[in-house]
Order: sequence, then C-alpha cells, then structure tokens
Amino acid sequence: MPGKYFVVDTTKCTACRGCQVACKQWNKLPAEETKNWGSHQNPQDLTYNTYRLVRFNEYPAAVNSMVWYFFTDACRHCLYPPCKDEADRYVKDAIVIDDATGAIIYTDKTKGFGDKFDNVRRACPYDIPRRDAKTGVVSKCHMCLDRVSEGLLPACAKSCPTGALVFGDEEPMKKLAEARLAEAKKKFGDKAEIIDSDDVRVLYLVVDDKKKYAQSA
Amino acid sequence: MTNHWIDLRNSDCILVMGSNAAENHPISFKWVTKAMEKGATLINVDPRFTRTSSKANIYAPLRSGTDIAFLGGMIRFILDTKRYFPEYVVNYTNASYILSGKFKFEDGLFSGYDEKGRKYDKASWTFEMDERGLPKRDLTLQDPNCVFQQMKKFYSRYTLEKVSSITGTPVADLLRVYEAYGATGVPSKSGTIMYAMGWTQHTVGVQNIRAMSIIQLLLGNIGQAGGGVNALRGESNVQGSTDQGLLFHILPGYLPTPAASMDTLTVYKEKTTPKTKDPMSANWWGNRPKYITSLLKAFFGDAATKDNDFGYSWLPKIDDGKPYSWLDIFDEMYNGKIKGFFSWGQNPACSGANSNKTRAALAKLDWLVNVNLFDNETGSFWKGPGVDPKKCKTEVFFLPCVASVEKEGSLSNSGRWMQWRYKAADAPGQCLPDGDIMAKLFEKVRALYAKDGGAFPEPIKGLRTELTKGGHFDPHAVAKLINGYFEADVTIGDKTYKKGTPVPAFAMLQADGSTSSGNWLYTQSYTDKNLSARRGKKDPTGLGLYPEWSWCWPVNRRILYNRASVDPHGRPLDDKKNILEWKDGKWVGDIPDGPWPPMSDTKAGKLPFIMRADGLGAIFGPGLADGPFPEHYEPLECPVEKNIMSGQRINPTAPVFKGEADAFASCDPRFPFVGTTYRVTEHWQTGLMTRWQPWLLECEPQMFVEMSEELAKLKGIKNGEMCVVSSARGKVDCVAIVTKRFKPFTIQGQLVHQVGFPWHYGWVHPKHGGDSANLLTPSTGDPNTRIPESKAFMVNVAKKGGK
Repeated sequence: MPGKYFVVDTTKCTACRGCQVACKQWNKLPAEETKNWGSHQNPQDLTYNTYRLVRFNEYPAAVNSMVWYFFTDACRHCLYPPCKDEADRYVKDAIVIDDATGAIIYTDKTKGFGDKFDNVRRACPYDIPRRDAKTGVVSKCHMCLDRVSEGLLPACAKSCPTGALVFGDEEPMKKLAEARLAEAKKKFGDKAEIIDSDDVRVLYLVVDDKKKYAQSA
Repeated sequence: MTNHWIDLRNSDCILVMGSNAAENHPISFKWVTKAMEKGATLINVDPRFTRTSSKANIYAPLRSGTDIAFLGGMIRFILDTKRYFPEYVVNYTNASYILSGKFKFEDGLFSGYDEKGRKYDKASWTFEMDERGLPKRDLTLQDPNCVFQQMKKFYSRYTLEKVSSITGTPVADLLRVYEAYGATGVPSKSGTIMYAMGWTQHTVGVQNIRAMSIIQLLLGNIGQAGGGVNALRGESNVQGSTDQGLLFHILPGYLPTPAASMDTLTVYKEKTTPKTKDPMSANWWGNRPKYITSLLKAFFGDAATKDNDFGYSWLPKIDDGKPYSWLDIFDEMYNGKIKGFFSWGQNPACSGANSNKTRAALAKLDWLVNVNLFDNETGSFWKGPGVDPKKCKTEVFFLPCVASVEKEGSLSNSGRWMQWRYKAADAPGQCLPDGDIMAKLFEKVRALYAKDGGAFPEPIKGLRTELTKGGHFDPHAVAKLINGYFEADVTIGDKTYKKGTPVPAFAMLQADGSTSSGNWLYTQSYTDKNLSARRGKKDPTGLGLYPEWSWCWPVNRRILYNRASVDPHGRPLDDKKNILEWKDGKWVGDIPDGPWPPMSDTKAGKLPFIMRADGLGAIFGPGLADGPFPEHYEPLECPVEKNIMSGQRINPTAPVFKGEADAFASCDPRFPFVGTTYRVTEHWQTGLMTRWQPWLLECEPQMFVEMSEELAKLKGIKNGEMCVVSSARGKVDCVAIVTKRFKPFTIQGQLVHQVGFPWHYGWVHPKHGGDSANLLTPSTGDPNTRIPESKAFMVNVAKKGGK
C-alpha cells in the first residue's frame, strides 16, 4: 500500500535513545518524573507523554554469553488499524488515517471514548494507545505528520546515528527491509524476521523470538 | 586520533577496549556500523557487557585494570604465530635496533630503579651505537639483544594461562580476540582501536596505550586507512584544548613547558630539541626553535625582541621534575598552599578523583571563582552535605558564562579537525563568553599595574593587546594569530612575504623572530581564508578523507604517519585503501607526512615516523617514566595479594599521596569488590549540563550501581533496591541494577566480583539524584600523565540500612 514506511533494524540499534528524546523534543512532551527501577529502560512504559520508548531486555545466549536487545517501541501505523475500527464504534473521526502517508492520527475527539478507552487500547495488537488521566485525550506516535508533510524526516529517524531507524516511501523501505532481512539471516540465522510485515508501516527486523524484545511486539 | 571518525568505516577489525563507544560516542557507531556492513569484525573487551558489547561479533570480559596482561598476551600470540607484518616491522619500527647490554628487566623492575624516589634512571634504556652515532641494527631480527628478540622474551611470560588468571578472561575468549585481531597483520587488512578513559585512568594508563601501539606496529596498522591508534576524546574540544596547552607540562603545539633549569631560550632549545645523525630521519621536532620563538612572538608581539630572548624569561617556569597536575594541585590546596582558584568550565567537586578530598580542599581557599553555565557542587561546596557554612571561610564568586552555541569560534575534534562554528543564539542575562571574562580580567590587572605598579610587570605590559580591545575577545583575531603572521618582510626561496601577512604553512616559521604563531600545528588554518569554516564535500580517494571539509592539523593531513601506508617504493600496501601513492615523482592522495620521496630513494627519502628523532615507530619506548616495555602491574587498590607476573604488585613509579585524605585499601576484607566508574549516553561528565535537562533525566534519573546476579544474591540485594557503595575514602547511595551484564571473574583461582557506577550525579540537582562516584575513587594515577586511577579500585556494596 503506498504511503510512508519505517524500517527498524534492531540489529543496528545501540539504544542511544536519540529517537526517544527527539520525539519528546519535537512534540514538546514533558518529561516524566522517573526513578531508577533497576533498569536503564525509562520511563518504564509508554505513557500519554511518551509516544516512543526504547525497551531494554537481556537474556543468556550461547555466543558472547548473552544478548541485550533494544526495541524502539511506538505505533506501527497499521494498514488496517484495528484501533480505528474499535474507535469508530464510539466516536466518529476520533482516529483518522492521513491519505498521503497512511499515518494513523489520534485527534482530540479521542477524549470522547470515556469508559470505552480500554476497548480501544485492547484492540491494538501492540498495546500502544495511552490516555491522559486528566483530559481523557488519547495519544501515540503520529509519524511526525507535521514534519513529514513539509518534506522532513520524522524526528526519531532524523536523530538515528546508525541507520537502525529509517523512514521513506513504500518501495525503497520494503526493499531495504528485504535486504536487511537477508543480511540478518546470514549473520544471525533463520529466526530473523520482519514482524507482521504485511500489516504495518513500521517494519521491525528482529533476529530472535519477538516477545524477547517487547511483551507486545 | 591518528586517523579520524569517518575513517573507522575503512577498518576490517575494530577493537573497542577501554571505551564504550556505542554509549559514550554514539555517533561513532555510524561509522562502526558501516564497517560492519562491509564485513568488519567488531571486538569489545570490557568488564561489563555494554551497549557496545551488544553489537559486537566478539565480546570478552576482563577485570578492570588488567589490560596490559590482556594485550601482552596478544603480543605473545602475534609473535608466536607469526601474525606480524615482517616488512613493516623491519623497515618502519625500531625492532631491529640492538639494545645496550646494560638494559635489564628483573622481577618487574627495569634497570635503573630508584626505590626511594619511586623513579627510574633511564641511562641504561639505550641502544648500541655504531661509528656514525646511529643505533646498530640487525635487519634479520635475530640478534638476541635486538628489540624484537627482547620483546619476544619479555612477552613470552604472558602465557594464556597467566593472562587468564590475571584478567579473568576465559582462555577461549582470549584466543577468539587474538585470532580475529591478529588477522589484520597482512597488507590487505587494517585493524583499529577505539579507546578512551577506560585505558587512560589507571596507574598504567600510558602503558596501556603503548601496549596497543606495539600491537599496531607489529601488525602494520599505523598509517593505514582503517587503522591507527584512536583516542575517543570525552569532550567536543578536548583535542583543541590539549593542542593549545591545557596541560601543565606543555605549551601550545606540544612544546615542553620550560623548567627552572632552562634559564635562557638557548638552553631551552638545546635541552628540548631532539637531534639525529641519521640522514634518513626527518626529525621534525628539530624545528622546535622555530616554533617556540614564533609562539613567544605571538604572546608578546613587538615587546619580544632578540635582545630580550623574545620574552622567554617572562614565561613561568616549573620546578625541575615537579608535577603540577590535577592531583597535585588539589593536594597542595588541601594542604593550604593555594589561596585562590579559578574553577573554569569544570566541576572538580564531582569530577576529580577522591572528591571528599577535593571538597575539603576548596574549604582551605581564601577565594574561589566559579565560571560556569549553572550553579554546581563546586561553587556551592560550602553548603554541601556535611559542610557547615558558618565554618567555611572561602569567598565564592559565580560568573555565569555563555554556552558553546551562544558564541562563535572553533573546536577541534578527536580526528584533529578544526571546525568553525557560529553563534546560534544570544546568551541570557549578563552571561559573557569565557574569552570576554578573561579579557576583562586581564585589562583590569594591566590597569592596576599601570596605576599602582606591581611585581614582575614585563609580561603584563608586554602581552599583545590588540586581541582583546574593550574587554571583548575576538575569535577571528585570535584564530589568525594562532595561524601566525610574518612579523617582518621575509624572503623564502624566490618569494618575499610582507610583514603582517599570514604565514601559509609551518615550514615557513622562523627562529629569528620574523614570524609569529600561537600554535605551529595550526599554521595554514586561517590565512587569507578561514579554512576551518570550509564545508566542501569532495572525496577524491573515495575513502572519506574529505580534504575540503573543515581543516585538519597538521597541514590538512587526515591520516598521521601515512608514509607508513606505502612500501619503501611508495606503492600502497593495500590497493583498495590507497590513501597515498608516489606517482611520477610526486605524492598523490592525502597530504603526506612530509614532501620527501619514499625510502627507496636513498639520498632524499625519509623514514615514516617523522615526529620521532629516529624516524621509526617505537616498539622499545625509552621515553616513559615506567619502562620501555609495558608490564602488567596491579592497580593501587586490587583484589590480589600478589601480582603473578613479578614481585612488584603495583606500578613502582605510580604517585602515592600520603595525606590523611589519601586512604587506600588493597586486599582489605572491608572492600572486597573491584569498582569502576563510567558514563551513560544520556549524561555528560558530572552531569552539569544534562542533569538540568528533564528529558535526559527522565531516561537516567539516579545514581546506580550495576552488579551481577551472583553478587546480589550474596549480599541479599534485590534489583532496584537502594544500596550504599563505599571505599576507603567515601560512600555513595546508589540504586542497584542487578544484571547479567556483570559476571564474577575467576582470578588466581578465586571468585572476584566487580561492580560499576556512573560519575554523572551530584547533590545540587536533582533532589533524589544522588552524589558523585568520585567520592569513592583514589588519588593516585599514571606516573607519566598523573591522570587519576578512577577505573579500578576496591569497594564494598551493601543494602541501605542493612549490614
């Protein structure tokens, strides 16, 4: 489907968190008051004010004794977004799709979900939407539509130093994902996959069980 | 760096050891990733599995402070398995030199040791000379007294078993690293090293880097694209500030600081200018008289004349042999011998080793001027934890200065690129650029001298004034003076340069006072054009040299010692990485290390290591305080009673301070665990600029200690619990991160645990952020640089409120 895509190559991510911070900066999102909870992953989870979160997970492994996986988690911009299907039952146009990019956009009308918000959140296969406790408005990544419509890269992709998070048109991004997958299979073996590649605009390349990267991956 | 950041992409094997590049130099991984995409192997050696390790093909753990053992084992492996590059070793290093029979090494001590003075008489660390006054050589490398054979004998002691027993690195991991890195000893492969404070902050800091330099010389990796010895500098302009003489022992351009015994310029030149009788050696430092004279002319202008030694006697002199380093300054201050202190762009109360000593030292001052962006633990030490402001006599002044993006100027990155940058925003309130603060201060001092007189007025009166008119610092005028001017009409060859025109290159600097240059290395940077402001994207070699992007010292040479990237006939050792080639009577590619033809021209050719008097890469390096070959010694504080390599447990020349604040505890049951300090991506230095940045604080909000699951179990500590980490010098509250990324080491058959913590926090802000890891670190350091040993010491860790 035409429009814009991300490629997220977890094998090249160093968890510098440039993407996480750039997202906050561009969107003027306030910082959470966090504590160190025994992990470098902070905030602990996505929130109304945290659209993008780098998840850190460590596991024992045969080579080098362990692996440390990093996963920059945010909305996948589904081609057929189940959150929108669910939301449309309650509030019309609370969730809209941008024609040019395919970005899934949450509007202020999401505050009308009321007690149905949990249904909308549960409809998301990746557990992305988060609600502001005060206003009831629901938020998530909007593909930096304000930047992209001006020809700029999303803030996260702009900040990525290693090429782990890349943004562009459908064809080159799908080609890139294919090429990266082929390389990853050679280096890391057959477990390498692009998660749900037919359903989403954010093509995550992982080289192990996807649940090891994020519970809701 | 001998090379530069982009050049990392040309490497076939990247060793990250003594640094954590993915976390602390994140942009470097742009180039590391590109190298890996082309098939390069990434090796990471670190006590802890880091974000760098997560990307490595090979990860090997080692106990902090044992890098020389690890690298000594690699030298042995390279020699035993003949992985070295024979032609390079013979032609470009001093491996063939015959050592004097007086040189000895016994039980951890080199010949000439003075136990009382904790120093060496280096008279026996020399070569046998022939009738021409040149070192004798055996080009077959077979003479038992040649450097090569002596090195072989020396490192034969570093067996895999011994190295593993010292480092805690499993033998299989040692071999994996040695095999992979040793594979770069062929002409078609280059290997590089990315190191930082993980190597320098040790009592054997310089020798860590020496050991790697030996490996790089053996494998023929210096001078090559994708090779070299690359220090990742910890601050965007550390390279620049070092170039400009930040350290006590050097003036701008790496000219030695004059000592009291060098009472005239003539004596200074005699004592500091290296000499050679070898016609094949360029001995570039033979030009030192031109550089010191031009520097004096830059300082003092018309006041510097031949008759007054160009103002040489006005320069401050250091007492011969007396160090004036960070550790020494704060020791003197602690002992009440320093009365006033400008703390400029730094935060010693958190950044210096043994911060409790530093903080106590600040209280001994009469006055302290804190020049910084924000209030910090240094400026506010008098109201810090455990300090009674009423008992503190120090008068503190805070001068807010502007941030780097609020002023114009240049910075020099790790790759030696001088890059001009422009002011992006006005500074708030009354903040001033550092240069303006200095200019105003100096103008006031000079006015007071004019009005009231004062001691030793000549340098105050003689200093150039045109750079700081009206209390303002002009970055362009200063950059131009650093480049240098003709101070008189000078004819060189058939061209006459008029007085007042910029000097085009340092080869034209003069020793007679007819030129000025604030730093000879920067001559050419700013002539009729400011070359550091260039943003050209041409890449003629295709290897990322980008000769028209900014400007690089010296003379825009992007890879140092590049004459070692070619064979003696000037042909590239590796055609795929052709950065330099002798073609039709001239050099093509990068700016060569000097214009002379290649070595095969026996009349005009020169050896490649032009900054060394003998022109050769030093496998045997007699210049250092602690020995010509790197030898393993334990850190001052260590977990073992005995160094299994020799009877010397610690570096016999490491400085030891003996005041009451200088407690040390080795093999002490109260402090059973190895501790180390490090940084995280999200904070910078003492956190002065990042702790006030909510988005970064959100990511890394609090002081933490990382420990293995095994140690946490032993100490009954759960992940996320508050702990107390203590050393012989202090204690710090830390949140426990219990992780698989630290694992216990087996050292001499015993289980040894290591923990680590960042040094980014301080009590001023945020409220629950914690305090500095440097409250724990010891005030000892490297005998050459006197950088503190903050990377290996002994601590305890316990649950907060527990036993």
